[in-house]
Amino acid sequence: MNIPENLKYTKDHEWVRIEGNIGVIGITDYAQSELGDVVFVDIDESLSEISKGASCGTIEAVKTVSDVFAPFSGKVIEINSKLKDNPELLNSDPYGDGWMIKAEIINKSELDDLLDASAYKSLIGQ
Amino acid sequence: MKRTKFYNIHKKLNAKLVEFAGFEMPVQYTSIIQEHKTVRHKVGVFDVSHMGEIFIKGARALDFVQYITINDASKLFPGRVQYSAMCYEDGGIVDDLLVYKISDHEFLLVVNASNIQKDFDWMNKNNKFGVEILNRSDDFSLLAIQGPDSLKTIQKISERNIDLEYYHFTKMKIADVDMIVSRTGYTGELGYELYFEGDESTAEKIWNSVFEAGKEFNIQPVGLGARDTLRLEMGYCLYGNDIDQTTNPLEAGLGWITKLNKPDFVGKEALLKAKENITRKLVAMISEEKIFPRHGYDISANGRKIGHITSGTVSPILDKAIALGYVEKDFSAVDTEVNFVVRGKEFPAKVVKLPFIKK
Repeated sequence: MNIPENLKYTKDHEWVRIEGNIGVIGITDYAQSELGDVVFVDIDESLSEISKGASCGTIEAVKTVSDVFAPFSGKVIEINSKLKDNPELLNSDPYGDGWMIKAEIINKSELDDLLDASAYKSLIGQ
Repeated sequence: MKRTKFYNIHKKLNAKLVEFAGFEMPVQYTSIIQEHKTVRHKVGVFDVSHMGEIFIKGARALDFVQYITINDASKLFPGRVQYSAMCYEDGGIVDDLLVYKISDHEFLLVVNASNIQKDFDWMNKNNKFGVEILNRSDDFSLLAIQGPDSLKTIQKISERNIDLEYYHFTKMKIADVDMIVSRTGYTGELGYELYFEGDESTAEKIWNSVFEAGKEFNIQPVGLGARDTLRLEMGYCLYGNDIDQTTNPLEAGLGWITKLNKPDFVGKEALLKAKENITRKLVAMISEEKIFPRHGYDISANGRKIGHITSGTVSPILDKAIALGYVEKDFSAVDTEVNFVVRGKEFPAKVVKLPFIKK
């Protein structure tokens, strides 16, 4: 299981890459492996704000549907448009081309709740 | 939790294991979509040893089978298989099953794993024919070899020519083990099901032999996930999803196995009555929208709910949303426009003829 050291994680299996006051959000390798084949990634194109803990998208996999919960509150800068036609990027490259949302972090103290790689690894029993 | 005799193989292959009908079963090995395509285009192997095998023996075995099942078992001859179902007195479905006629005095009933005990009890309750009812589910392993290259695969390791029509079976040695070889399956592809006894080492020997034989066809193990998407593309019912004790076979599109003109059988009277008053029907639907229909979602039309989805997926072959579901009878005709309701939003869909995949 690939759990990069430079990312932060949520208990709901999202990852965040923090670049200054911008956070990039995706789902972890563990999450994609549990979900199996992703068929659709549904993120509202008009999404302008995300709110910590609230759903900011849905992932439809063959077996199940899963919400993606915002790891922090922020102003949406970009949504990964590639996912519309290539949802399988979530499976093949969850930390790279499979990123989902890029947003400006409103309150950096919210990041304190995120897990580091070793805490996340122990959460998933690795 | 119970395990099949292939459990260690699944473990070794790193299958994702889930609880299903009290068994720890492989849901996928690599990817449901990829495993699905393997079965459609090449050959795949399913461990379905969780299924139940119940033998009926005795002078009045046929009378018993005729009485508890809704299809006409008198049409069977030794070596012939029949798809059938058992109903309650009120016409609700106890289970759907395969009936194998072994001889005039012996039948094999293959039932759903989740219903083994319930079916066994039901059969005993209705045994007014003095037959012997043997639940041998734990003794039998079952491998389904499915896909266009399935025959070429098992022919290489069988003791004689496999010359079976659809829904026929025979007994022969495959991989040097005695077994029932049946041209049946749940995928819509050319396929065979192998029933055999023996311990884990026998099971592993057969598994390895099948995979060695199928190597040149890129044979792969296939989990229950793809089994579900494959059967859904064909529109085959799944007990617990599309049919159960609250549905009758007539509304479930199983009129073709419901032989109301045969003599007395459990549920006959209720089904004769139900036939006069069908209010809903199980239909196949397809949508061009980028949505994923699932069990339990509503179906709407004219701004109101007219039914619900019982099984749904995005077909790996068509790349379209497909579903089975019950709708009010007035909305059941082919080409009727309906909607799938997904998270509160309506998406257009259309009633179509089965199967979704034209073979």
